[in-house]
Amino acid sequence: MLAKKDLRLELRARDTLPAMLLFVLSVLAVFHFALPSGSSRLAAFGLLWVAIIFTALLGLGRAFVAEREQGLLDALVLAPVDRSTIWLAKGIATLAFLVVAELVALPAFALFFTPVSWATIAGVLLADLGICAVGVLLSAMAAAGRARELLLPLLFLPLALPIVIGGVGASVAQSSGKYLAFLALYDAIFALLAWASFEYVVTE
Amino acid sequence: MIRAAGLEKRYGFKRVLSGLDFELPRGGFLVVTGPNGSGKTTLLRLCAGLAIPSAGTLEVEPDRSRIGYLGHEPLVYRELTALENLDLYGRLYRVPERRERIGMLLERFGLWEARRERASALSRGQLQRLALCRALLHRPELLILDEPFSGLDADGAELLDRELAGMRERRTLLVSTHDPERIAPLQTGALALA
Repeated sequence: MLAKKDLRLELRARDTLPAMLLFVLSVLAVFHFALPSGSSRLAAFGLLWVAIIFTALLGLGRAFVAEREQGLLDALVLAPVDRSTIWLAKGIATLAFLVVAELVALPAFALFFTPVSWATIAGVLLADLGICAVGVLLSAMAAAGRARELLLPLLFLPLALPIVIGGVGASVAQSSGKYLAFLALYDAIFALLAWASFEYVVTE
Repeated sequence: MIRAAGLEKRYGFKRVLSGLDFELPRGGFLVVTGPNGSGKTTLLRLCAGLAIPSAGTLEVEPDRSRIGYLGHEPLVYRELTALENLDLYGRLYRVPERRERIGMLLERFGLWEARRERASALSRGQLQRLALCRALLHRPELLILDEPFSGLDADGAELLDRELAGMRERRTLLVSTHDPERIAPLQTGALALA
């Protein structure tokens, strides 16, 4: 219900998804011209993951904009629902935006650089879960602070390093299984931690 | 029922409330007054469960599912219509016969005609009425109102006078105001913060 509300708000305001789409396409175009011709697949996939992480960061930065600007987190915290439900709903909405951005980004990457394998797609989907699990928690923390635009990348990027390692590994390694398993493990651990700690983040 | 003993709230080094003792029995109507910065909003936020005391004890009954809170912000989504906002909160609070209850409140607060307007298109007074509908939607036992007359025009203020008088018998009320004379006939107690 809360996730549906976020999707409806985005359909009306259109201030997150178009920005994410434009950003990821721009970044891939810039990388296309910045990367020397004949560069390795390894470098290209590295850049894909950089683009995905920063596009996600853009979406996460806006995840709590309505709640922050209109004080609405109070209303959600007061409601008789498990407060971690807010985290779950924001995560689902952010995941939806990210998947849509990637539906455009992956074909664009294939066009500019090299085709993507099923292992890459599986890696991207698993990474999305981890990004949203950790990112929404950090976004809520940053929303409560004053230097939120600075705080979110500072908190998120170090925690996203394992996602980049797992994602690039799944994209380029011969046997991608262990990297996918690593991403799944990351998702499970951080989803559990974020679920358990979200209540403390939104209460004061 | 609210019972506070030695209640204290600090933000960093700034002490906003200190050594506050009071009791609001079930069915009571406590009016909180005081100048700007005296801690009225902080006290109401503590009682609503939106902040945690730094020291002292604070007992609040009922639990948050039976508390209605009206703060400085209307706590409605600007991009949703009045109807959609109330429907969202109705679902969150699992209000029985939600649609009928929402319709009745919108009628009562003069918002029925504006029900399909986005909250961003409503006037300040209409937003305050919508915020009151939101706070009353789940038939709370304890109603916490922070400056409820703020932004209301004369008609809206009179409507709220009537609502408060009507609620007086059935609910416990904690209200902060700069205009205590207005609700003086209803109050059962007063708390002046310095």
